Amino acid sequence: MNQAIIVKVSGPLVVAAGLDSANLHDVVYVGHAKLVGEIIELRGDQASIQVYEETSGIKVGDPVENTNAPLSMELAPGIMSGIFDGIGRPLASIRALVGDRITTGLAIDKLNRTTKWEFKATKQVGDTVTAGDVLGTVQETAVIEHRIMVPYGMHGKITKIQSGNFTIVDTIAEIDGQPAQMLQKWPVRVARPIARKLATSVPLITGQRTIDTLFPIAKGGVAAIPGPFGSGKTVCQHQIAKWSDAQVVVYIGCGERGNEMTDVLNEFPELVDIKNGQPLMKRTILIANTSDMPVAAREASIYTGITIAEYFRDMGYDVAIMADSTSRWAEALREMSGRLEELPGEEGYPAYLSSRIAEFYERAGRVQVLGSEGLLGSITAIGAVSPPGGDLSEPVSQATLRIVKVFWGLSAALAYRRHFPAIDWLTSYSLYADQLANWYRDNLSPAYADYRQGAMKILQLSANLEEIVRLVGEDALSDSDRLILDMANQLKENYLMQDAMSETDTYAAPRKQFLMLEAMMTYYHMAAAAIQKGVPYEQVVLPTFREEFAQFRYIPNDKADQISDLTNRIKYELGGKLA
Amino acid sequence: MNKYYKTIQSAVGPLLVVTDTKGVTYNEFVEIKANDGTVRYGKVLEVLDDKAVVQMFTTGQGLGIHDNAVKFTGHGLEVAVSPDILGRVFDGLGRPKDGAAPLIATKKLDINGAPINPTARDYPQDFIQTGISTIDGLNTLVRGQKLPIFSMSGMPHAALAAQIARQATVPNADSKFAIVFAAIGITYDEAAYFMNSFAETGALSRSVMFINLANDPALERIATPRVALTVAEYLAFELDYHVLVITTDMTNYAEALREVSAARKEIPGRRGYPGYLYTDLASLYERAGCIKGRQGSITQIPILTMPEDDKTHPIPDLTGYITEGQIVISRELYKKGITPPIDILPSLSRLKDKGIGPGKTRDDHKNVLNQLFACYAKGKDCKELAQILGESALSATDQLYCKFATAFENQFINQGFNTNRTIAETLNLGWHLLRMLPKVELTRISKPILDKYYDDDNND
Repeated sequence: MNQAIIVKVSGPLVVAAGLDSANLHDVVYVGHAKLVGEIIELRGDQASIQVYEETSGIKVGDPVENTNAPLSMELAPGIMSGIFDGIGRPLASIRALVGDRITTGLAIDKLNRTTKWEFKATKQVGDTVTAGDVLGTVQETAVIEHRIMVPYGMHGKITKIQSGNFTIVDTIAEIDGQPAQMLQKWPVRVARPIARKLATSVPLITGQRTIDTLFPIAKGGVAAIPGPFGSGKTVCQHQIAKWSDAQVVVYIGCGERGNEMTDVLNEFPELVDIKNGQPLMKRTILIANTSDMPVAAREASIYTGITIAEYFRDMGYDVAIMADSTSRWAEALREMSGRLEELPGEEGYPAYLSSRIAEFYERAGRVQVLGSEGLLGSITAIGAVSPPGGDLSEPVSQATLRIVKVFWGLSAALAYRRHFPAIDWLTSYSLYADQLANWYRDNLSPAYADYRQGAMKILQLSANLEEIVRLVGEDALSDSDRLILDMANQLKENYLMQDAMSETDTYAAPRKQFLMLEAMMTYYHMAAAAIQKGVPYEQVVLPTFREEFAQFRYIPNDKADQISDLTNRIKYELGGKLA
Repeated sequence: MNKYYKTIQSAVGPLLVVTDTKGVTYNEFVEIKANDGTVRYGKVLEVLDDKAVVQMFTTGQGLGIHDNAVKFTGHGLEVAVSPDILGRVFDGLGRPKDGAAPLIATKKLDINGAPINPTARDYPQDFIQTGISTIDGLNTLVRGQKLPIFSMSGMPHAALAAQIARQATVPNADSKFAIVFAAIGITYDEAAYFMNSFAETGALSRSVMFINLANDPALERIATPRVALTVAEYLAFELDYHVLVITTDMTNYAEALREVSAARKEIPGRRGYPGYLYTDLASLYERAGCIKGRQGSITQIPILTMPEDDKTHPIPDLTGYITEGQIVISRELYKKGITPPIDILPSLSRLKDKGIGPGKTRDDHKNVLNQLFACYAKGKDCKELAQILGESALSATDQLYCKFATAFENQFINQGFNTNRTIAETLNLGWHLLRMLPKVELTRISKPILDKYYDDDNND
C-alpha cells in the first residue's frame, strides 16, 4: 500500500491523498508528530481529516497513517473520578507526562493498563450469558460498584471465570472459549444499544428550589439552560452536578473556562455527597475541552461524554450528564463545516445542526438495559446554551428548544439584581410536572401540587400587577392585590432565591422545600381570607413573619421541622383575626 | 531550508499566494523582502499542494509580485525574552521601539503558547485590592482572573485602567509585581497617557510595553496581544512575577481579525466577524491564570469599546462568555460627573466568592455586597417610578430607597480617579449607606452579621 500524504493544511482541517481503504470516521495519525485526527469526508482517494490537536508545523507531504478504527472511548475500571480531554485522553496522566501545558502528538493510553482491580465474579462456569449481563463487579470507588458486563456481540456459556486481581486487559472469563476482558471500547458516535425505552416518572432531585418545585426534571429527562453571559448557567450546572441524586455524574466542559474545570477538580473531592457522606468526586467524571484547547476536539467531547454516561447507565445506574456549553460545540461544527466549504444554513451553521443536536439529546432517557436481568437505568441530559446577546431566536437555541422538555430560561434582568438562580419563572417550563405529580404526592404531601400551583399563580399575577403599579402607583391596588404583590416578593426573595455559596442554603432537601412552601402559602391563604373578611391590610401583613421567612435559608435541612412551628403560629395568629 | 522564493503568484489585500513551495508548514513565520530592501513579515495561513497562503502583518503597499523574495523561516513567530525586558518598549511585533539596544535574548518563545492543562491550574482566590470601592466591594478582582472593562467611545476607561495599575496591591503579601501593557491600535495620546501614568508612579521600570498605534499596520494587531501574553507568561511562570496584563483596545484586534477573514472569503458569522472569533479570543483570554507550584500569576484586564454602546455586539458578547466577569462603564453616570463611572448592576466578577470573606477581606463582605446590589437595584426602580408618578406617590420606604440610590452613586461610586480606599473603608462606607434603610429591609444579610455591624457606627 502506498503511504498516504498530506496535500493541504488549513487550521484544524487537513486533506490527505492516498487513503484509498479508509472509511468515514476512521481515526488517523497525522504528520510525523502523529496528531490524532478523524476522517470526516472522502472524495476519490482524498480524505478530509479534522485534527484534534494544534496543527502548527504540519506540512504538505507529511505522512498520514490510518488506524482503520473509529474514534472510540475506553470503558473499564479506572474511568471514575477521572478528567479526560475531548477525545478521552486522561489529562492527569498527560500532565505527568509532559508538564503543565498540553503538547501535541502524545502516545498515551486512555485508561491505565497496569493498575490491578479486585474482580469479584458473580456468574459461574456453565451459566449462559448474553450481552449486557453482569459477569462480576469491581468496587471502583467507595460509592461506585463497577459492574463488568458481557461486551456487545458476545453471548453463550461461560467456560471459564475467576475472581481475583486483574488489570483491565487481563482475561477474566471465557464465553464459549472466547476470552473476555474488563476493557470495552465503544465508538463514541454510535449510541450503545438498549432493550427498550421507558416513560419517566421519578424526579431528579436537585435541591434547588426553583427547579424541584416549579420546573422539575425527571430522571431520564432532557433540559436546556439558555442564558446570556453572567446569568449563571455554569453555576446552575455545577449545582445540579453537586447536589442532584444521580448515582453517576458526567460533566462536560465544552469550550468553556479552564478555571471552571479547576474549580470542580478542587471542590468535588472535598464536598460530601448528602446521600452517602462520600466525596462527590467518587461518582463524577469530567470531560474538559476548555476554550483554549483545539476546536475539533470540542466536537468530539460531547460524544465522548455521552458514551461514558451510557456505559454506566447500562450497569443500571441513574446518570446525569451536563454539557456546558452546547453552543460552543455547535460553533465547532460550524467552523469545520466552513473549512469544508459546505453550503451554510442559518448564521453559517451547517444544515445538519438541528439533527445533530436532536441525536445527542435522544441518547438520554430512562431505559431497560440489555441483559437478562432487565436492569433499569437512566440518563438525564442537561445542556447549557449560550445564545449570542442572549437572543433565543438564534439557531442553536431554537434547535435545542424543539427537543428538550424542560426549559430553564435564565434572565439577565434577574442576574443584574443578583437574584440567583436567575431562572425566569415567567418564561421557563417543565413538561414533566404532570408525570411527576404522583411522586410528589406520595413522597411529600398531597397538598404539594396545590401549593405549587398557588405559588405559580401568585408569581404570574404579580407580573401583571407590577405593570399596573408602574402606571398608576401602588395606592391604586386593592388590598388583596397588594397582598399578592407582597407575597410574590416574599416568594422571590425567600424561596426562589437560593445562595449557591452558602453552606446551608446551597442544597434544600425536598422536605425542607415543602415545609417552606407550606409556611408561606398557609400565610398567604389565611391573610387573603382575612382581607376578604375586611381586616385592614396593615393588620394582616405583619413584618414578624416576613423576618422569619427571610431566615429560612439559614435553617439546616435536618432542623427543617422547626419551620412547621412557624406554620402553626401563622395559623394561630391569623386564625385569631379570622374569628 | 531558508531559501528565498521569488514565486509570489498573487497579492490580494493582506494575503499573498506563493507557488512552487516545498516543505512549508502551517502557521510558519515568513519574511518578505521587497525590491526596495524593506522587510515585511507574515505567517502561513494555509498550505495546499505546492502553494502557500501567507498573511502579511503589514499592508502590501509598495510590494510587487515580481522579484520579491519570500523566506519561510521554519518556525512560528517568536519573541525574544530576558530578565532585562522590564522597563522596555516594543512595537506590536516585539521589536524594540525605545531606541535602546536590542534585547540580548536568553531565549525565544513561540507567541502562540500552548493550552494550560486544566489539572495544572490553580484556582484564583487571592484578593487584589484595587482601592476602587465598586470593584473591591462589589466586583472583587482576584489574582489570575481575566476581567475586561466594557467601555464606550469617549469614556474614561484609560483613567480607570491606569488607576487599577497604580493602586493594585495584594494585602499582607510580599511579592514581585509587573505590568505588561499592550496598545492595540489606540491613539498616541492614549498610549502616552498610560506611559506618563506609569512613569509618575515609578511603575515604568517594572513594566513592559508593546505599542501598536492607530497608524501602525492594522494586521500587526493580530500578533500584538500574543506577543505581550508570551512575555507575561515568561515573567509569571519563569521569573515568579505577579503580572497584570492590560490590553487596549480589543475591538481593534477583532477588526484586524475580520479583515483577514474577509480577505480569505470565509463564511462570516455575526456582523461579518469570523465564526471562530470566540475560539480566537479564548486563545488570548485563557492565558490568564495561576499554575500549581508556580509563584507567579497572570491577571488580565482587556479593555474594549462596545460599538454603538451595544453589549450584545459580538465583541463584548463573546468576550463576556470567555472572561470571568466584566466591569461595565456607564455613559449616564459619567454625564452626571460620577467617576469612575462603573455601572455596578451589569458588572460582575465571577471569581469574587472565593476571594472574599474572613481571612481574605472581612466576614461581612458577602452580605454587604449582596445587600448593596439589591438595594441599589430597588432604589433605581423606585427613582424611575418617581419620575413617572411623582415622588409623593411612593411609599415612605420607597422614598428611602430613592435617597439610598442617590447617596450610593454620590458617595460609594463617585470616589474619583485619585482616591485609594482600603477594603475596610469600602465596607464601612457600605454599612454607612445601608443604615439609611430600616433593619427589616436588609433581608440579604444574615442575622448575626446584621446584629454585629448595623448598630455599630463607630466607624462612621
